[in-house]
Formats: sequence, C-alpha cells, structure tokens
Amino acid sequence: MQLGFTRDEERFRDAAASWLEAQLSGPFRDIRGVSSASAMLERRKEWERALGAARWSCIGWPEEYGGRNASLAEQVIFAEEYARSGAPGRLGHMGIELAGPTILTFGTAAQKQRFLPPIARGEEFWCQGYSEPNAGSDLANVRTRAELRESANGAEWVINGQKVWTSFAHFADWAFVVCRSEDGSRGHRGLSYLLVPMHQPGVTVRPIRQLTGAAEFNETFFADARTAATNIVGAAGEGWKVAMGTLSFERGVSTLAQQMNFRNELQAIVTAAEASGLINDPDIRQRLAHAHIGLKLMRYSALRMLSAAEAGRLSNEAYTYKIFWASWRKKLGVLALDVLGPRGEIAAADPYQWELLPRIFLSSRADTIYGGTNQIQRNIIAERALGLPKEPRGGP
Amino acid sequence: MQFAHSEDQQLIRESARAFLTAQASPAQVRAALAAPCGYDEGLWRRMSGELGWTGLAIPQDCGGMGLGWVELCILQEEQGRRLVASPFFATVALAAPLIDAAAAGAQRQTLLRRIASGEVRIGCALSGTDGRPPCAGLSVELAAAGDAFTLNGVSDFVIHGDAADLLLVLARSPGSSGDAGVSVALIPATSAGVAVYPHVMLDLTRPMSRVQFAGVRLERTQLLGEPGTAAAAVHRALDRARIALASEALGGAEHVLEITTEYAKQRIQFGRAIGSFQAIKHRLADMMIAVEAAKSAAWYAACVAEQGSEELAEAAAIAKSYCCDAFFDCAANAIQIHGGVGFTWEHEVHLYFKRARATATLLGSPAWQRERLMRLIASGAAATPVF
Repeated sequence: MQLGFTRDEERFRDAAASWLEAQLSGPFRDIRGVSSASAMLERRKEWERALGAARWSCIGWPEEYGGRNASLAEQVIFAEEYARSGAPGRLGHMGIELAGPTILTFGTAAQKQRFLPPIARGEEFWCQGYSEPNAGSDLANVRTRAELRESANGAEWVINGQKVWTSFAHFADWAFVVCRSEDGSRGHRGLSYLLVPMHQPGVTVRPIRQLTGAAEFNETFFADARTAATNIVGAAGEGWKVAMGTLSFERGVSTLAQQMNFRNELQAIVTAAEASGLINDPDIRQRLAHAHIGLKLMRYSALRMLSAAEAGRLSNEAYTYKIFWASWRKKLGVLALDVLGPRGEIAAADPYQWELLPRIFLSSRADTIYGGTNQIQRNIIAERALGLPKEPRGGP
Repeated sequence: MQFAHSEDQQLIRESARAFLTAQASPAQVRAALAAPCGYDEGLWRRMSGELGWTGLAIPQDCGGMGLGWVELCILQEEQGRRLVASPFFATVALAAPLIDAAAAGAQRQTLLRRIASGEVRIGCALSGTDGRPPCAGLSVELAAAGDAFTLNGVSDFVIHGDAADLLLVLARSPGSSGDAGVSVALIPATSAGVAVYPHVMLDLTRPMSRVQFAGVRLERTQLLGEPGTAAAAVHRALDRARIALASEALGGAEHVLEITTEYAKQRIQFGRAIGSFQAIKHRLADMMIAVEAAKSAAWYAACVAEQGSEELAEAAAIAKSYCCDAFFDCAANAIQIHGGVGFTWEHEVHLYFKRARATATLLGSPAWQRERLMRLIASGAAATPVF
C-alpha cells in the first residue's frame, strides 16, 4: 500500500500543470471550462491538436504512436491536472479512450500505424456505432449488416443499417461499428467490428434532441456505406469479443478526470447551498456529506482498479464502478435542484436553456441508462461477479 | 502509487482467515457468547499469545512486531467476518492508540509492551451515560486531592468492562466542558471504588458494561500525559479506532454477502434457485456494490492512519459512516433474502444484523460522522492534495 507520489512524479505534475495553465490563460483562454459535446467545435479541435503536438494527448500510449509511455501514476496525475485546470471536455474522447485502446489491444500492426498517430495528434476524431433502435440493453441484437464485396477499389465492406445515441458523430471522421456480417446469425455470433469513414455519401447523421433540450447525440444511417476490407478489428464474425473489450476500456484513467468534473459540480452545489442558506439545513447537510463521501469513494476505487490493472488483474470493484457513479450523480442532480429552491425551476434563457445545477438534474437521468443501465449492471454483477444463475433468454 | 495489499499483507490475511475458520466457527462463536464475560478465553489467549496479534501494530521498541495499521485492520476485517467476540478491539485498536498518543517516554513503552505481550485486557471508559462519542457527554470527574487525584462519576458502554484487567478512563476537571480539561487515567479494574455492571446488549457479540467510580484514588503516575490536555490525543486515537472498527464492519458485510449469495444459489422455490430471480439478484448486486465501496473506504483509511497524514479525520469519518451503513444494509438484506429462517434465533444472520447496528452506534453514528465531515470541509481540514 502506497498512496503518495514520488518527487519525480510531483515534478511531472508541475510540468503538466504549468503547460496547461500557460495554454489556457494564453492562446486557448476562450475555451476554458467548455464541456458540452457540441460547443465551439473548431476551437476545441485546435486544442486537441495542440495537446497532440506537445504529446499531452495520449500519454499512456507507446511513444511510437504519439504517446509518452507514461506510468499509471503519471496518467492519474495528468487526468487530475487536466480537470483541475478547467481545460475543455475532450472531443477526442471516443478515439483516445475507446477506439485507440481497442486497436492497441486487438488491431494489426498496419492498423496501429494507420489509426493511432492521428488520434494522438488530435487530427482524427471518432464516434461509436453500437446501439440501434432494437439493440439497446440487448446490444447483441444488432441488425446493421455488413457484406464483403469486390469493387474497383478492391474488396470492401458494404454497410447498411441504423445506429443511435452516436455522440460526437456530427463531427467524427471515423466510427467503430458493430455489424452483422454473417447472414442468419443471431446474438453475439456473426458480428464484426469495423472501422468506417464517416465522410462519405452512404453516411447520414441526424441530431437527436434530448430531454435536456440540447442535441448532443445523434442517429446515424448507413446506406451502402463502404470501408476497406482490411478495416476490421479481430476476425470476421468475432466482433463481439472486440466490442466487449472496448466497453472494459471505459473504466480507465479517464474515470479520474470524470471525477474531477463531478467535484466541480459538487462544489457548485455547496456554493449554491451557502448562497441560499440551505447549507445550515440538517437534511441538506447529510446529503452533501453523502455526496462528498461518494465522490471520495469513487476516487479510492479508481485508484484500486488502476493499481490492479497495472498488476494485470481485473478486480471486483471494476464491476461495480459504473453503477456506483451513475447512481451517485443522479442523487447529486436532485440535490442540485433542492439547494436552489423554487427558483431553480426557472430556465436561464429561451429556448429551454439551463444553468449548471438544473443541467445536472436533467442530464444525470441518462447516467443510469447509457453504457449499460443500472438494471443490466446489476445482472452483470450478480451473474459474473457473484456467480448467480443466468437470466433465461427469450426464444426466436 | 500502489493502492493494493502487498504479498506479505495478503499472507497475514490468509493465515488469519484459516485460523479463524478453524477456531471461530458459528458453533464456537455461539459457545463463546454463552461463556463467562461473553467471549472465548482460549481463542483470545491464542490470538494474543502464540499468534502475537496484540503486538502486530505496536513498535518493536515497545515489544511489538512493528507493523502498521493496514495489517491491524486486516485482522479486524477477518475477525469481523467471523463475529469474533474478544477484548482485541478494545485493547489493541482502541486503548493502544490512545496510550500511544497520550502517554510518553517510559510510561508509554511499558504500557504498550504489556498490550503487545497479551497480558492485559483493557476496558475503555470513554463515554458518559448518553453514549455520545468523546469528549461531549463525558461526566466522570478527576479532582486533585493533595498529591493524588480522585475519580467520581459514571461511564457507560465500556466494551468488555466486566473482563478488563485495566480501565482506561477519560475524565474531566470539575466545571470543564467540551474538549477542555480532559485527562486520561489508567487504573486497575480492581481499584477500590470501581464497580462494574454488565448490561444485556442488543449486540450479543460485544458485551458492554456501566462502570461507576466512587472516590477512586489514583496517583499522578496513573495519568497519561499532562492532566487536562488530552483532547487532541483522544481525537487522533479515536479516529484510528474508528478506522479499525470500519474494517471490522467491512469484514462482516463481506461475510453476509457471501453466505447470502450461497443461500440464494441453494434455495429452490417455484422450481428454480431464488438467486435466478432478478428481485433477489439485484439485492445481492446492491450488497456487492456497497461491499466494494466499503473496501475502498476502509483500505484507504487504513493507509492514511498508517502514514499519519492530515487526512486522518476525514478518512475516518468516511470509513466509519460508509462501512457501518454498508454492513447494516447487507445484514438487513441478508435477513430478507433468507426469509423466515433469517428471522430465527438459530440462524447466525441476526448476530451480524445486531453487530452491524451496534458497530454503527459505537464511537459516533454514521449521521454523526457525516455532520462532522461537513464541519471538516467548512474548516478546510478535509482538503486533500487532490480533491
């Protein structure tokens, strides 16, 4: 057990913090604190490229792909300093946290050479094509089809179908898409994991307005969309294994950065409670303390997970992490509105625009749905971690 | 940065688990509860003697093994799993840190040496009759009487008070209140004027007594440190004890999760194991979520206690409140999932449920810890390098 950081690691922290501060009080001061998936996109793409040029983008990756081979402690430190500095939300998230690690783990040498450096340089952006109208919790019920055809460009995958909840699709250059590549296959068999360029006539992106009023994600239509036959990760028909690998990367170092955002939200709630006087209300105080405790426990649990991962183990808390933070934030959302009192229900502007605290109340309703609902999470915990009998599956 | 137990620490856990599985089976625990003073004297002798658990976290120059609070908390977890009733917690996890913090020099060394050797069982008379955590509610008074002192008053909730060789007594100077004027005394339980009245407690596994002090005379040498200035040492020591108690609660929570999961796999209703129903599965999943978070809380706090960092009060408040709530929820769910059999005296699950409730109360309830946390945050004392 060793909680602290070494002197070298603290020097690394200083270097990261001073680079971030110089950028965010200098050339990028206009995008400090911007976090939505749709605001100031061009400036934030420039920010991603600046991170890449200084090799601050994918620090845990091998140097040959644009990373720094950073240790676990350094990744933790950078994630903390990034969030502390108020740097904008990462537009490159899907590539950096999901596509990149998947390609690093399952991809060919040529795929690594082709796809990883542009992600690390902030030049290519990604989105995720998993969910479909009839494949939500039952993700394996994918119907988007991929067929290998000969063409003038050589062999190509031809893709037809529809994906939903594709965050970042409105500006992404590439999508990783789970498709059914074997006729008549069912469930998780016969799926393939394809890398598909988004800028082509066969791909159409339509924004979906959420209950928050904003449109941060999309539905994406594939109509004879194409990608080269080589743009498949893993073997044809074995995409499920690769897709599940991607989901496990969602529990990486980025969780620590997410927690720093949660901390900022909690701080804003405490400030509002002080302003409204509700900071002295015994019930509010208990709930604020619960929130503080939950946040700290997320941090401790993330450090446990990362320590185990570095030792090559997957520890049990990895199963429980998602439902823990999602449930925590949903409670935080209610608390956010409660500390504001009735005025919290008056919108900041037309049409249906909200300040931070009501936004937490609204947006947190999605937390216990996406990335596996709380109900699915409980099934996974019960079946995989506790070894209880599996759910019976419906017939054809 | 390595937030995981070392191989040596894992070994301590494995050997403790093997020992307690053999020596503290549910039947043996039942037998201990019926024994005089409500614990297994033979088991305590082996834990303190041949295994040296009492000296594990005591410095080598005081006769201990010189390991730390992380190792001690592993033993607490393992005892919590088995509901071991013994003077271990009060003597080693509560009295020892208080002696360590309040005493100095030869006095400290001598007393810690006696704990390490396993020769003494210490009852801690820390609360007044309302059971609030120190120093509020403290009503025993220490008055100067010439060169000596006298103790008068009543302390309650003294763990294993009826089995104690020594009593560690918090007392205040007449007319003082709050943290002011608090002293720590250590006296033989057989001192003239001491009377011990055991209670029947909700939690059968942690007997407590009311202890009355009527004109008990003591010498200056029986006070630890300077009279009237003990409050800071008390708070520091109590936070370490809270972390040990949280670890014990974690062990209990984990154990009830395991036995309840096993039961849900075996128990057949409607032609299938009840653990195949989502109504049961999801409760068990919620138990595991709480247990895993409790591990993070307790393990982190144990590290903080060992490293003596400024986060101690915050980490203790978090671990004590969260682990105790988790244990209670898990034990309550365990009764529900066991159904009718879980409501019987014969089944062991009620012992865990009652231990969970009593552990939550001891040294400040979860709600009390959360209110304290809010005050720590407001004062800036909960600020850590990262958050």
